[in-house]
Amino acid sequence: MLGAMLHEAWRAMGANRLRTLLTMLGMVIGVGAVVLMMAIGQGAQYTVAQTINSMGSNIFVVLSGFTTTGGVRSGGGSAPTLNVADANAVAELDGVETVAPVHWGSVQMVHGPNNWNAWVHGTSPAYFDARSWPIADGTAFTDSDLRAATRVAVLGRTVAQNLFGEEDPVGKTFRIGQAPFTVLGVMAPKGQNLDGRDQDDLVVMPLTTAQRKVFGTPFQGSVRQILVKAVSPEAMPAVEKAMEALLRQRHRIREGADNDFTIRNLTAVADTAAETTRVMSMLLGAIASVSLLVGGIGIMNIMLVSVTERTREIGIRMAIGARERDILAQFLLEAVIISVIGCAIGLVLGVGGAALVNQLAKMTVVVSGGSVLTAFAVAAGVGIFFGFYPAKKAARLDPIEALRYQ
Amino acid sequence: MTEAVIRVESLGKDYDTPAGPFTALKEVNLHVGTGEFVAIMGPSGSGKSTFMNILGCLDRPSRGRYFLAGRDVAGLDKDETAQLRNRTIGFVFQGFNLLPRMSLADNVALPLVYSGLGHAERREHAREVLEKVGLGRYADSLPSRISGGQQQRVAIARALVNRPRLILADEPTGNLDSHTSHEIMQVFRTLNEEGITVVLITHEPDIAAFARRQVRFLDGEIVHDAPTPTHQATPGEAGDRHPLPREGGWGEGPPC
Repeated sequence: MLGAMLHEAWRAMGANRLRTLLTMLGMVIGVGAVVLMMAIGQGAQYTVAQTINSMGSNIFVVLSGFTTTGGVRSGGGSAPTLNVADANAVAELDGVETVAPVHWGSVQMVHGPNNWNAWVHGTSPAYFDARSWPIADGTAFTDSDLRAATRVAVLGRTVAQNLFGEEDPVGKTFRIGQAPFTVLGVMAPKGQNLDGRDQDDLVVMPLTTAQRKVFGTPFQGSVRQILVKAVSPEAMPAVEKAMEALLRQRHRIREGADNDFTIRNLTAVADTAAETTRVMSMLLGAIASVSLLVGGIGIMNIMLVSVTERTREIGIRMAIGARERDILAQFLLEAVIISVIGCAIGLVLGVGGAALVNQLAKMTVVVSGGSVLTAFAVAAGVGIFFGFYPAKKAARLDPIEALRYQ
Repeated sequence: MTEAVIRVESLGKDYDTPAGPFTALKEVNLHVGTGEFVAIMGPSGSGKSTFMNILGCLDRPSRGRYFLAGRDVAGLDKDETAQLRNRTIGFVFQGFNLLPRMSLADNVALPLVYSGLGHAERREHAREVLEKVGLGRYADSLPSRISGGQQQRVAIARALVNRPRLILADEPTGNLDSHTSHEIMQVFRTLNEEGITVVLITHEPDIAAFARRQVRFLDGEIVHDAPTPTHQATPGEAGDRHPLPREGGWGEGPPC
C-alpha cells in the first residue's frame, strides 16, 4: 500500500515538474537559510566559549585605585593602593584557591636584530594556574626565582615569534634596556580575549624582578591588580563579599566611603558575552525560520491547487473504494515528500554555504548533527502541517460532486 | 426467485435547493436479483441519476431503506461504504474516467490498491482482466493512446478487477458511436451471462434492449418495470461481431 502510494506521489509530482521544483525551492531556501544561520550562530557561540575557557575559570580581577592629577583621573590600576600583603591576606580567605598579584607595564625588548614592544606581567608562579595557562615549551619560573628576583621570563607566543623568529627561545636571552633576561619557557597560545586583544603578546616574569629591574617602582610591593581564583563558581559571590570587606578593612576605608580598588568578576563578563551570542544565534535562527514558514505556505498553496486540479481523480478514487484516509494519506505524503526532498537539498546547500562562509569570511561555523536532525524533523513537520489542510480538503470532497467536476 | 442484490424499499431523496426543497425521488421500490440485467431509463431530471448514486453508495437516501447484498446500507459508516464500493460494486462511467497519467494496467489495478493487495498480485489481476476485455497487449500504454471504446473496455476491466457482484454503469455508451456502443453492450451482456448483476442507465432504447429488464423513471417514480420484449433483443444478436477477440472464458453467448 505504501509502495503504491509512494509510486503515485512520485508520478503526481513528476506530472508537473517545474511546479514541484519551484515548490521544493521554497523549502530548499528555508532549510538552507536555517542550517547556515544556525552554523554561524553556533560558530560564534563556540568562539566565545573558547575565549572564555582561555580566560581561566572562576576568576576575579582586583584592580587598584586611580590617581588624580589636577582633576585628571588616570584609571584603574594607576594608584599603588594594592600590594603583595593584600594578595597574601586574600589568599587566606575561604573559597579562594590561588592568588597572583600582578604588576604590569609596557617595555621595549631586544634580541639580536629584532626588537618588540610588549606588556610585561610581573607576578607569582600561581599566575599560570589562575589563568589556566599551560607552558608549551620549557618551564615556568619558581618561588625561588620570585624571592631572588632572578632575571628570567616566560614568553607569550607572539613575543617569542617576534623576537626569536624560527629559533627556539628557551634558554636564550633577550634584553630590556641593558639588562639580559633568560627565557625559561614559552606559553601555549591563547588567542584573542573578548575585546579582541592578542593575549599572547605578553612576557611574564617574577614580580620582584619586574618591580626592581624593569619598572623601578617607587612603592616596593605595590601591584596594579590581583588575580583571584575561587574554588568553584558557587563560591564566587561569598569570595567577592569577603574580599571586599577584607580589603576595606586593610585599607582603613571608612563606612560610606568609596573603595580604592575595583573587583571585577570575569566569569560574569564571560556569561554576558555567552548570553549575547546565544541570543544572536537564536535571532539568526528565528529570522531564517521565517523563510521556512514561507516555504511551508508555498507547499500548502500548491497542494490546494493540486487538489482542485485533481478533483475528478479524487472522485474516481472514492468511487472505486478509496476511504477518506487513503485520499488524506496520498496528498499528505506528497507534501511530505516535497518538503523532505527540499530539506535534503537545502541541507546540502546550507552546509556548503557554511563551508563557504568559513573559507571566505574566516568565520568559525559549526554544523552539528543536532541541527541537521532538527532541520529534517522540521521539514517533515512543515510538510505534514501545511499539507494537512489541503489533504483534508481532498478527503472531504463529495464523490458525486467530484465526479461531475470538469 | 433469486437472492436480492438490490432491495430498495420506499426510497426517497430530497435536496435543498435555493428555490426550496426539491424531491428527486418520491417513493421507489425495486428488487434486483442476482444475475439480472437491468436498464434504467428516463428523461433527464427523472431521478435516475440520483437513484444510481444511492445504489452506488455515493449518496444516502433521505427516506426509506436500501439493502445491498442483504446489508442495510444506512447502518454503515463512510469507511464501510467505501469498502462496499471497492468490493461489491464495480462502476462504469459515461466519461470512462481513467486516470490519464497511469498505464492501463495501473488504472485497472487501482481498486486493488484500496483493498490492500500487494504489487505483484495487483499486476497479475490487472493483466488477467485486461486480457479478458481483449486489451492485454496495451497494459503499459497510457489511456490517451487508445480509442474511446477501448478506454471503456479498460474501465470495465477496472470495474471487474475486484470480482464485484454488481456492476453499475451510468450511461456507459453515452460517449461512443453506435457500433462501439453495441460492442460495449455485448461485453456487459457476456458479463451478465457469467452471473454478474448489471444495472445500467441509458436513455437510448437500442442500448436498453440489451438488458433483460427495463425500468423507466419519471418525476422521481418508477412508471414502468418489465422484461425487455423479445423482439427488441435483436441488437444483441451479434454472432458475426467479435467484440471480445480473445477466446475462452467469455463465449459468444446467445442473446436472451
